[in-house]
Amino acid sequence: MVDDSLWTIFINASLVNNFVLAYFLGICPFLGVSSKLETASRMGGAVTFVMLVSSICAFGIQTLLVAIDAPYLKLIAFIAVIASTVQLVEMFIKKVSPALFRSLGIFLPLITTNCAILGLALFQTNKGYGFVQCIVYALGAGAGFTLALVLMAGLREKLELAEVPDVTRGTAMALMIAGLLSVTFMGFGGLGG
Amino acid sequence: MASSKTSTDEFIKGLWNENPVFVQVLGMCPVLAVSNTAMNALAMGLATAFVLIMSNIVVSSLRSFIPKQVRIATYILIIATFVTVVDYVIQAVSLDLYKALGAFISLIVVNCLILGRAEAFASKNTVARSTMDGLGMGIGFAFALFCLGAVREILGNGSLFGAALFHDSFEKWVVMILPSGGFFTLAGWLLLFNWLKQRKAKKEATTSLGLRKEVA
Repeated sequence: MVDDSLWTIFINASLVNNFVLAYFLGICPFLGVSSKLETASRMGGAVTFVMLVSSICAFGIQTLLVAIDAPYLKLIAFIAVIASTVQLVEMFIKKVSPALFRSLGIFLPLITTNCAILGLALFQTNKGYGFVQCIVYALGAGAGFTLALVLMAGLREKLELAEVPDVTRGTAMALMIAGLLSVTFMGFGGLGG
Repeated sequence: MASSKTSTDEFIKGLWNENPVFVQVLGMCPVLAVSNTAMNALAMGLATAFVLIMSNIVVSSLRSFIPKQVRIATYILIIATFVTVVDYVIQAVSLDLYKALGAFISLIVVNCLILGRAEAFASKNTVARSTMDGLGMGIGFAFALFCLGAVREILGNGSLFGAALFHDSFEKWVVMILPSGGFFTLAGWLLLFNWLKQRKAKKEATTSLGLRKEVA
Protein backbone atom coordinates (compact mmCIF):
# COMPACT_ATOMS: atom_id res chain seq x y z
CA MET A 1 0.00 0.00 0.00
CA VAL A 2 1.47 3.33 -1.03
CA ASP A 3 0.19 6.62 0.30
CA ASP A 4 0.00 8.69 -2.88
CA SER A 5 -3.00 10.97 -2.68
CA LEU A 6 -5.84 10.17 -5.06
CA TRP A 7 -5.45 13.47 -6.87
CA THR A 8 -1.76 12.81 -7.49
CA ILE A 9 -2.54 9.39 -8.88
CA PHE A 10 -5.17 10.78 -11.22
CA ILE A 11 -2.98 13.59 -12.58
CA ASN A 12 -0.05 11.23 -12.86
CA ALA A 13 -1.95 8.62 -14.87
CA SER A 14 -3.76 11.06 -17.13
CA LEU A 15 -1.22 13.80 -17.86
CA VAL A 16 2.31 13.34 -16.52
CA ASN A 17 2.70 9.67 -17.38
CA ASN A 18 0.07 9.57 -20.09
CA PHE A 19 -0.40 5.94 -21.09
CA VAL A 20 -0.13 6.59 -24.79
CA LEU A 21 2.41 9.37 -25.02
CA ALA A 22 4.78 8.48 -22.19
CA TYR A 23 4.38 4.71 -21.72
CA PHE A 24 3.58 3.86 -25.35
CA LEU A 25 0.67 1.67 -24.38
CA GLY A 26 -2.24 1.25 -26.74
CA ILE A 27 -0.39 2.58 -29.76
CA CYS A 28 -2.29 0.32 -32.16
CA PRO A 29 -5.75 1.83 -31.53
CA PHE A 30 -4.06 5.20 -31.13
CA LEU A 31 -2.82 5.01 -34.73
CA GLY A 32 -5.73 2.97 -36.05
CA VAL A 33 -8.83 4.70 -34.67
CA SER A 34 -7.59 8.26 -34.55
CA SER A 35 -8.55 9.40 -38.02
CA LYS A 36 -12.06 10.57 -37.03
CA LEU A 37 -12.99 12.63 -33.98
CA GLU A 38 -16.33 10.87 -33.48
CA THR A 39 -14.95 7.32 -33.39
CA ALA A 40 -11.97 8.41 -31.32
CA SER A 41 -14.06 9.75 -28.47
CA ARG A 42 -16.34 6.70 -28.43
CA MET A 43 -13.36 4.38 -28.45
CA GLY A 44 -11.92 6.37 -25.55
CA GLY A 45 -15.13 5.88 -23.59
CA ALA A 46 -15.22 2.13 -24.21
CA VAL A 47 -11.55 1.72 -23.27
CA THR A 48 -12.02 3.72 -20.07
CA PHE A 49 -14.92 1.51 -19.07
CA VAL A 50 -13.04 -1.73 -19.75
CA MET A 51 -10.05 -0.31 -17.85
CA LEU A 52 -12.23 0.41 -14.83
CA VAL A 53 -13.81 -3.03 -14.76
CA SER A 54 -10.60 -4.94 -15.41
CA SER A 55 -8.73 -2.85 -12.85
CA ILE A 56 -11.25 -3.87 -10.18
CA CYS A 57 -11.07 -7.52 -11.28
CA ALA A 58 -7.26 -7.43 -11.39
CA PHE A 59 -7.18 -6.12 -7.84
CA GLY A 60 -9.35 -9.02 -6.71
CA ILE A 61 -7.28 -11.59 -8.61
CA GLN A 62 -4.01 -10.28 -7.27
CA THR A 63 -5.31 -10.52 -3.70
CA LEU A 64 -6.51 -14.07 -4.37
CA LEU A 65 -3.26 -15.17 -6.08
CA VAL A 66 -1.17 -13.82 -3.23
CA ALA A 67 -3.45 -15.65 -0.80
CA ILE A 68 -3.05 -19.02 -2.56
CA ASP A 69 0.65 -18.33 -3.21
CA ALA A 70 0.59 -18.63 -7.00
CA PRO A 71 1.84 -15.30 -8.40
CA TYR A 72 3.15 -16.98 -11.55
CA LEU A 73 -0.44 -17.35 -12.74
CA LYS A 74 -0.86 -13.55 -12.70
CA LEU A 75 -0.37 -12.93 -16.39
CA ILE A 76 -2.59 -15.77 -17.57
CA ALA A 77 -5.33 -14.85 -15.09
CA PHE A 78 -5.23 -11.16 -16.04
CA ILE A 79 -5.46 -11.78 -19.76
CA ALA A 80 -8.31 -14.25 -19.28
CA VAL A 81 -10.21 -11.73 -17.16
CA ILE A 82 -9.68 -8.92 -19.65
CA ALA A 83 -10.84 -11.08 -22.54
CA SER A 84 -14.01 -12.04 -20.70
CA THR A 85 -14.64 -8.47 -19.54
CA VAL A 86 -14.47 -7.28 -23.11
CA GLN A 87 -16.86 -10.05 -24.11
CA LEU A 88 -19.28 -8.99 -21.36
CA VAL A 89 -19.07 -5.32 -22.28
CA GLU A 90 -19.72 -6.26 -25.88
CA MET A 91 -22.88 -8.21 -25.00
CA PHE A 92 -24.01 -5.46 -22.62
CA ILE A 93 -23.63 -2.67 -25.18
CA LYS A 94 -25.32 -4.80 -27.84
CA LYS A 95 -28.33 -5.25 -25.56
CA VAL A 96 -28.55 -1.68 -24.22
CA SER A 97 -27.60 0.39 -27.22
CA PRO A 98 -27.42 -1.34 -30.61
CA ALA A 99 -26.57 1.98 -32.27
CA LEU A 100 -23.44 2.45 -30.22
CA PHE A 101 -22.55 -1.22 -30.79
CA ARG A 102 -22.67 -0.75 -34.55
CA SER A 103 -20.61 2.42 -34.50
CA LEU A 104 -17.82 0.81 -32.49
CA GLY A 105 -17.77 -2.22 -34.73
CA ILE A 106 -14.59 -4.26 -34.86
CA PHE A 107 -12.78 -2.03 -32.37
CA LEU A 108 -14.75 -3.40 -29.46
CA PRO A 109 -13.32 -6.95 -29.52
CA LEU A 110 -9.90 -5.52 -30.34
CA ILE A 111 -9.79 -3.86 -26.94
CA THR A 112 -8.67 -7.27 -25.65
CA THR A 113 -5.29 -6.87 -27.30
CA ASN A 114 -4.97 -3.24 -26.25
CA CYS A 115 -1.85 -3.28 -24.14
CA ALA A 116 -2.97 -0.22 -22.21
CA ILE A 117 -5.45 -2.40 -20.35
CA LEU A 118 -3.09 -5.22 -19.44
CA GLY A 119 -0.45 -2.56 -18.71
CA LEU A 120 -2.81 -0.85 -16.29
CA ALA A 121 -3.47 -4.12 -14.46
CA LEU A 122 0.27 -4.86 -14.22
CA PHE A 123 1.30 -1.36 -13.16
CA GLN A 124 -1.26 -1.11 -10.40
CA THR A 125 -0.06 -4.46 -9.05
CA ASN A 126 3.59 -3.40 -9.24
CA LYS A 127 2.85 -0.13 -7.49
CA GLY A 128 0.87 -1.87 -4.78
CA TYR A 129 -2.18 0.35 -4.97
CA GLY A 130 -5.18 -0.20 -2.70
CA PHE A 131 -8.72 -0.66 -3.94
CA VAL A 132 -9.78 3.02 -4.16
CA GLN A 133 -6.39 3.98 -5.58
CA CYS A 134 -6.83 1.33 -8.30
CA ILE A 135 -10.16 2.82 -9.33
CA VAL A 136 -8.76 6.34 -9.49
CA TYR A 137 -5.71 5.09 -11.39
CA ALA A 138 -7.94 3.35 -13.94
CA LEU A 139 -10.09 6.47 -14.36
CA GLY A 140 -7.00 8.64 -14.80
CA ALA A 141 -5.46 6.29 -17.34
CA GLY A 142 -8.73 6.12 -19.24
CA ALA A 143 -9.06 9.91 -19.26
CA GLY A 144 -5.49 10.25 -20.47
CA PHE A 145 -6.04 7.69 -23.23
CA THR A 146 -9.22 9.44 -24.38
CA LEU A 147 -7.51 12.84 -24.29
CA ALA A 148 -4.57 11.64 -26.39
CA LEU A 149 -6.87 9.90 -28.87
CA VAL A 150 -9.14 12.92 -29.29
CA LEU A 151 -6.24 15.38 -29.66
CA MET A 152 -4.64 13.13 -32.25
CA ALA A 153 -7.92 12.73 -34.16
CA GLY A 154 -8.43 16.50 -34.21
CA LEU A 155 -4.96 17.08 -35.62
CA ARG A 156 -5.30 14.35 -38.21
CA GLU A 157 -8.67 15.67 -39.41
CA LYS A 158 -7.02 19.01 -40.09
CA LEU A 159 -4.05 17.42 -41.80
CA GLU A 160 -6.29 15.57 -44.24
CA LEU A 161 -6.65 18.89 -46.03
CA ALA A 162 -3.01 19.91 -45.88
CA GLU A 163 -0.54 19.25 -48.65
CA VAL A 164 2.33 17.09 -47.47
CA PRO A 165 5.04 15.28 -49.45
CA ASP A 166 3.96 11.86 -50.71
CA VAL A 167 6.57 10.02 -48.66
CA THR A 168 5.19 11.22 -45.34
CA ARG A 169 1.56 10.21 -45.93
CA GLY A 170 0.14 7.67 -43.48
CA THR A 171 1.85 6.16 -40.49
CA ALA A 172 5.08 8.15 -40.70
CA MET A 173 3.22 11.43 -40.37
CA ALA A 174 0.97 10.10 -37.62
CA LEU A 175 4.08 9.12 -35.68
CA MET A 176 5.62 12.55 -36.08
CA ILE A 177 2.43 14.19 -34.77
CA ALA A 178 2.48 11.76 -31.86
CA GLY A 179 6.09 12.74 -31.17
CA LEU A 180 5.15 16.42 -31.04
CA LEU A 181 2.19 15.67 -28.78
CA SER A 182 4.50 13.69 -26.54
CA VAL A 183 6.88 16.66 -26.29
CA THR A 184 3.91 18.84 -25.37
CA PHE A 185 2.81 16.47 -22.64
CA MET A 186 6.27 16.63 -21.13
CA GLY A 187 5.27 20.14 -20.14
CA PHE A 188 3.04 18.60 -17.46
CA GLY A 189 6.15 17.09 -15.91
CA GLY A 190 6.17 18.94 -12.62
CA LEU A 191 2.45 18.57 -11.87
CA GLY A 192 1.90 15.27 -10.11
CA GLY A 193 5.42 14.55 -8.88
CA MET B 1 0.42 -19.66 -48.99
CA ALA B 2 1.72 -20.89 -52.31
CA SER B 3 3.31 -24.31 -51.98
CA SER B 4 6.11 -23.33 -54.35
CA LYS B 5 7.58 -21.16 -51.62
CA THR B 6 10.51 -22.85 -49.93
CA SER B 7 11.01 -22.52 -46.21
CA THR B 8 13.96 -20.22 -46.89
CA ASP B 9 11.53 -17.80 -48.51
CA GLU B 10 9.38 -17.88 -45.39
CA PHE B 11 12.46 -17.00 -43.41
CA ILE B 12 13.68 -14.19 -45.66
CA LYS B 13 10.32 -12.44 -46.02
CA GLY B 14 10.18 -11.63 -42.30
CA LEU B 15 13.58 -9.99 -42.46
CA TRP B 16 12.89 -7.50 -45.20
CA ASN B 17 9.84 -7.59 -47.49
CA GLU B 18 7.33 -8.11 -44.70
CA ASN B 19 9.38 -6.76 -41.84
CA PRO B 20 6.95 -6.65 -38.90
CA VAL B 21 7.98 -3.19 -37.72
CA PHE B 22 8.99 -1.20 -40.77
CA VAL B 23 6.52 -2.62 -43.27
CA GLN B 24 3.57 -4.07 -41.35
CA VAL B 25 3.79 -1.62 -38.41
CA LEU B 26 2.76 -4.28 -35.89
CA GLY B 27 3.64 -4.53 -32.23
CA MET B 28 4.43 -0.88 -31.85
CA CYS B 29 4.12 -0.56 -28.08
CA PRO B 30 7.27 -2.45 -27.03
CA VAL B 31 9.09 -1.11 -30.08
CA LEU B 32 8.77 2.45 -28.86
CA ALA B 33 8.85 1.88 -25.15
CA VAL B 34 12.04 -0.09 -24.60
CA SER B 35 14.17 1.09 -27.51
CA ASN B 36 15.92 3.85 -25.57
CA THR B 37 19.18 1.91 -25.52
CA ALA B 38 20.54 -0.67 -27.95
CA MET B 39 20.92 -3.29 -25.21
CA ASN B 40 17.32 -3.01 -23.98
CA ALA B 41 16.05 -3.07 -27.54
CA LEU B 42 18.03 -6.17 -28.45
CA ALA B 43 16.98 -8.03 -25.29
CA MET B 44 13.35 -7.18 -25.90
CA GLY B 45 13.65 -8.21 -29.54
CA LEU B 46 15.15 -11.58 -28.64
CA ALA B 47 12.56 -12.22 -25.92
CA THR B 48 9.76 -11.47 -28.36
CA ALA B 49 11.41 -13.61 -31.04
CA PHE B 50 11.59 -16.56 -28.62
CA VAL B 51 7.92 -16.26 -27.68
CA LEU B 52 6.98 -15.89 -31.34
CA ILE B 53 8.89 -18.98 -32.45
CA MET B 54 7.63 -21.15 -29.60
CA SER B 55 4.02 -20.06 -29.97
CA ASN B 56 4.21 -20.59 -33.72
CA ILE B 57 5.49 -24.13 -33.17
CA VAL B 58 2.86 -25.01 -30.58
CA VAL B 59 -0.02 -23.40 -32.44
CA SER B 60 0.87 -25.08 -35.72
CA SER B 61 1.32 -28.49 -34.13
CA LEU B 62 -2.04 -28.20 -32.36
CA ARG B 63 -3.82 -26.63 -35.30
CA SER B 64 -6.07 -29.60 -36.02
CA PHE B 65 -7.10 -29.99 -32.36
CA ILE B 66 -8.10 -26.43 -31.53
CA PRO B 67 -11.81 -25.76 -32.12
CA LYS B 68 -12.37 -22.76 -34.32
CA GLN B 69 -14.63 -20.91 -31.87
CA VAL B 70 -12.15 -20.72 -29.03
CA ARG B 71 -8.98 -20.40 -31.09
CA ILE B 72 -8.12 -16.82 -30.12
CA ALA B 73 -8.47 -17.56 -26.42
CA THR B 74 -6.33 -20.69 -26.85
CA TYR B 75 -3.63 -18.76 -28.71
CA ILE B 76 -3.54 -16.12 -25.99
CA LEU B 77 -3.16 -18.77 -23.31
CA ILE B 78 -0.32 -20.45 -25.22
CA ILE B 79 1.41 -17.09 -25.69
CA ALA B 80 0.88 -16.11 -22.04
CA THR B 81 2.51 -19.35 -20.92
CA PHE B 82 5.69 -18.69 -22.89
CA VAL B 83 5.77 -15.05 -21.82
CA THR B 84 5.62 -16.12 -18.19
CA VAL B 85 8.60 -18.42 -18.86
CA VAL B 86 10.59 -15.60 -20.48
CA ASP B 87 9.63 -13.22 -17.69
CA TYR B 88 11.01 -15.52 -15.00
CA VAL B 89 14.12 -16.45 -17.03
CA ILE B 90 15.10 -12.81 -17.54
CA GLN B 91 14.50 -12.12 -13.87
CA ALA B 92 16.83 -14.99 -12.98
CA VAL B 93 19.56 -14.18 -15.51
CA SER B 94 19.86 -10.41 -15.25
CA LEU B 95 18.00 -8.42 -12.63
CA ASP B 96 19.21 -5.10 -14.09
CA LEU B 97 17.75 -5.92 -17.47
CA TYR B 98 14.53 -7.06 -15.82
CA LYS B 99 14.23 -3.72 -14.04
CA ALA B 100 14.98 -1.77 -17.22
CA LEU B 101 12.36 -3.62 -19.26
CA GLY B 102 9.83 -3.62 -16.42
CA ALA B 103 6.26 -4.54 -17.21
CA PHE B 104 6.99 -4.60 -20.92
CA ILE B 105 8.14 -8.22 -20.79
CA SER B 106 4.71 -9.24 -19.57
CA LEU B 107 3.18 -7.03 -22.21
CA ILE B 108 4.63 -9.27 -24.94
CA VAL B 109 1.36 -11.19 -24.45
CA VAL B 110 -0.64 -8.48 -26.14
CA ASN B 111 1.90 -7.85 -28.91
CA CYS B 112 -0.33 -7.99 -31.96
CA LEU B 113 2.55 -9.39 -34.03
CA ILE B 114 2.56 -12.72 -32.15
CA LEU B 115 -1.20 -13.21 -32.18
CA GLY B 116 -1.22 -12.03 -35.78
CA ARG B 117 1.31 -14.67 -36.89
CA ALA B 118 -0.50 -17.39 -34.91
CA GLU B 119 -3.80 -16.55 -36.56
CA ALA B 120 -2.58 -15.70 -40.04
CA PHE B 121 0.21 -18.21 -40.51
CA ALA B 122 0.78 -20.87 -37.86
CA SER B 123 -2.85 -22.00 -37.77
CA LYS B 124 -2.72 -22.88 -41.47
CA ASN B 125 0.80 -24.19 -42.04
CA THR B 126 3.02 -27.11 -41.09
CA VAL B 127 5.28 -27.05 -38.05
CA ALA B 128 8.48 -26.70 -40.09
CA ARG B 129 7.12 -23.82 -42.15
CA SER B 130 5.76 -22.06 -39.07
CA THR B 131 9.10 -22.40 -37.32
CA MET B 132 10.85 -20.73 -40.25
CA ASP B 133 8.20 -18.03 -40.33
CA GLY B 134 8.59 -17.43 -36.61
CA LEU B 135 12.38 -17.30 -36.96
CA GLY B 136 12.23 -14.81 -39.81
CA MET B 137 9.62 -12.57 -38.23
CA GLY B 138 11.31 -12.78 -34.84
CA ILE B 139 14.73 -11.87 -36.18
CA GLY B 140 13.20 -9.15 -38.34
CA PHE B 141 11.50 -7.74 -35.27
CA ALA B 142 14.68 -7.89 -33.18
CA PHE B 143 16.64 -6.28 -36.02
CA ALA B 144 14.14 -3.42 -36.31
CA LEU B 145 14.18 -2.87 -32.56
CA PHE B 146 17.96 -2.81 -32.62
CA CYS B 147 17.95 -0.23 -35.45
CA LEU B 148 15.71 2.03 -33.38
CA GLY B 149 17.57 1.46 -30.13
CA ALA B 150 20.98 2.07 -31.71
CA VAL B 151 19.93 5.37 -33.28
CA ARG B 152 18.34 6.56 -30.06
CA GLU B 153 21.30 5.58 -27.92
CA ILE B 154 23.92 7.05 -30.26
CA LEU B 155 22.13 10.38 -30.59
CA GLY B 156 20.67 10.62 -27.11
CA ASN B 157 23.52 9.30 -25.04
CA GLY B 158 26.53 9.39 -27.39
CA SER B 159 27.20 5.70 -26.83
CA LEU B 160 26.45 2.23 -28.20
CA PHE B 161 25.94 -0.73 -25.83
CA GLY B 162 27.11 1.58 -23.06
CA ALA B 163 30.50 2.33 -24.70
CA ALA B 164 31.06 6.02 -25.39
CA LEU B 165 31.49 6.85 -29.06
CA PHE B 166 32.19 10.55 -29.12
CA HIS B 167 34.45 13.06 -27.47
CA ASP B 168 33.18 14.69 -24.28
CA SER B 169 32.24 17.82 -26.17
CA PHE B 170 29.42 15.92 -27.95
CA GLU B 171 26.12 17.59 -27.13
CA LYS B 172 23.61 14.86 -26.27
CA TRP B 173 20.19 15.00 -27.90
CA VAL B 174 18.30 14.33 -24.71
CA VAL B 175 14.98 14.29 -26.52
CA MET B 176 15.97 11.02 -28.25
CA ILE B 177 16.03 9.13 -24.94
CA LEU B 178 12.68 10.63 -23.93
CA PRO B 179 9.43 9.08 -25.15
CA SER B 180 9.01 11.60 -27.95
CA GLY B 181 12.35 10.51 -29.41
CA GLY B 182 10.89 7.06 -29.95
CA PHE B 183 8.11 8.45 -32.11
CA PHE B 184 10.51 10.63 -34.09
CA THR B 185 13.04 7.86 -34.71
CA LEU B 186 10.41 5.39 -35.86
CA ALA B 187 8.89 8.07 -38.08
CA GLY B 188 12.35 8.62 -39.56
CA TRP B 189 12.87 4.92 -40.32
CA LEU B 190 9.39 4.67 -41.85
CA LEU B 191 10.17 7.67 -44.06
CA LEU B 192 13.35 5.97 -45.23
CA PHE B 193 11.48 2.75 -46.03
CA ASN B 194 8.69 4.64 -47.84
CA TRP B 195 11.26 6.51 -49.87
CA LEU B 196 13.09 3.30 -50.82
CA LYS B 197 9.79 1.67 -51.79
CA GLN B 198 8.75 4.63 -53.92
CA ARG B 199 12.11 4.80 -55.63
CA LYS B 200 11.94 1.09 -56.42
CA ALA B 201 8.40 1.42 -57.79
CA LYS B 202 9.46 4.34 -59.95
CA LYS B 203 12.47 2.47 -61.28
CA GLU B 204 10.34 -0.55 -62.16
CA ALA B 205 7.82 1.70 -63.89
CA THR B 206 10.48 3.37 -66.02
CA THR B 207 12.23 0.12 -66.97
CA SER B 208 8.97 -1.52 -68.02
CA LEU B 209 8.17 1.62 -70.02
CA GLY B 210 11.59 1.43 -71.67
CA LEU B 211 11.04 -2.23 -72.54
CA ARG B 212 7.69 -1.46 -74.10
CA LYS B 213 9.30 1.23 -76.23
CA GLU B 214 11.97 -1.17 -77.42
CA VAL B 215 9.35 -3.73 -78.37
CA ALA B 216 7.42 -1.10 -80.27
